[in-house]
Amino acid sequence: MTMRVPLHLRVDPIACDGRGLCAELLSELISLDDWGYPIIRDGEVPADLVRDARQVVRTCPKLALHLEERSAAR
Amino acid sequence: MVASLLLDQDGTDVVAPGASTALPRLLPRTGLPGPVGLADHLALHACMPHVGRGGASRGEMITLVEDSGLSGRGGACFPTAVKLAAVARQPGAPIVIANGTEGEPASSKDKVLMATSPHLVLDGAVFAALAVGATEAVIVCHPAVRPIVEDAIRERKAVRLDTVRLGAVDAAERFVAGEASAVVHWLEKGQPIPTPTPPRLSEAGLHGRPTLVQNVETLAQLALIARYGARWYRAVGTQTEPGSMLVTVIGAVRRPGVDEVAIGTRIASVLDGAGGVSSPPQAFLLGGYFGTWTGYWDALDRPLSQAGLAPLGAAPGAGLVAVLPSDACGLVETARVARYLASESAGQCGPCVFGLPAISSELESLASGGPCDTDRLERWLGQVDGRGACRHPDGVVRMVRSALVTFRSELDRHRRGLCCSPGGAPILPVPTA
Repeated sequence: MTMRVPLHLRVDPIACDGRGLCAELLSELISLDDWGYPIIRDGEVPADLVRDARQVVRTCPKLALHLEERSAAR
Repeated sequence: MVASLLLDQDGTDVVAPGASTALPRLLPRTGLPGPVGLADHLALHACMPHVGRGGASRGEMITLVEDSGLSGRGGACFPTAVKLAAVARQPGAPIVIANGTEGEPASSKDKVLMATSPHLVLDGAVFAALAVGATEAVIVCHPAVRPIVEDAIRERKAVRLDTVRLGAVDAAERFVAGEASAVVHWLEKGQPIPTPTPPRLSEAGLHGRPTLVQNVETLAQLALIARYGARWYRAVGTQTEPGSMLVTVIGAVRRPGVDEVAIGTRIASVLDGAGGVSSPPQAFLLGGYFGTWTGYWDALDRPLSQAGLAPLGAAPGAGLVAVLPSDACGLVETARVARYLASESAGQCGPCVFGLPAISSELESLASGGPCDTDRLERWLGQVDGRGACRHPDGVVRMVRSALVTFRSELDRHRRGLCCSPGGAPILPVPTA
């Protein structure tokens, strides 16, 4: 059994301009508010979604999405 | 002068000229208009003991602040000693910023403090600078009081009072401009907008330097703690929230203005200090525009402290006590303040940029007796809360949610197209664009 570091998704609200790609690609963890900005589900990214999460982080055109160890201090 | 510090830690009272547990401590007792000049200031308080050659070590200074239990007076009540220590342990050349921006339109306490006791603020800035190992401090002042602060700095330079370099600059006149990272960004780039965390300001603030941003009232309290000790400071206030605090009392009181009270003073006594209510009251807005509405009778006997107001979901914040008279409409007031706060968004984060105007429009419709989808309003409040780079949206949500609870019977009347007080004079001030 390997030790796994808990990973959390965090959006940088200043960098984000609400293109919404992330919610389309990772609807399990990301939804959009009424204005099209991403709402990240609370808690750590489940192990089976870490690969997808990394992919979405790379896909964000504004580089506003981050996958971090520990929950991010806001 | 280390001796006085040690005596204090041994539990012996430090008796110094001017030391007293009587209030006011920060505001001058003379009642004379205009600022207390340097000669009068030193005649009353003498020089700070910890400053200069042979003074207390940085660690001793921070321990003194820790013993006092002083917390920040900009609204967040964060322990001052923790902030000092966070900057003091950083490598590099730190800088101190005295935050006298006071962008809150309803609050005057920092302006009044700087206009009457500028040397206490400057003393505190010097003390904080020495405690964190900084050689300069910038006083960011509301433009109305900058000339007073500059005069005070000139007085000190003329007699070479300080080993710390002091300077005063105008604050930006916006609501968000007082947020700590916005103050730093204002000084650095001329734009009063908050910046993302990380990095923390204590690690990389102004021009990448470890930066202490401290409210001017907090610094003035430091100036007195430096002289009279932690025990003296704790002689008023409560066990867990010691000391005095400045309050701004506005609305339906006979003598609106700034006062200094012991933390934990009953709100009824705070009103007495402002001459009592001037017309039948219905509610309070406590803390500031990011604060909490409460029913008048719910809060009247509560102590003005974090612990005292917590059961109401409220907090002393930046010391605003606004009394809403019963012939005013809480929903109309809330809608006007929410619209102002929406316009004061720094414009950086989508949920704040789009959410706050949407919330304001819904509230305006409600306030004018028009249609209001309260389910949608609740959803929007939830979607805005906690989703900015700074606390601006959270503060608005807090205030609006408390209004929807406090004025729920009014809300029902409005939904039937009725308002108890159409067209009354505004109670909460909002700058005209």
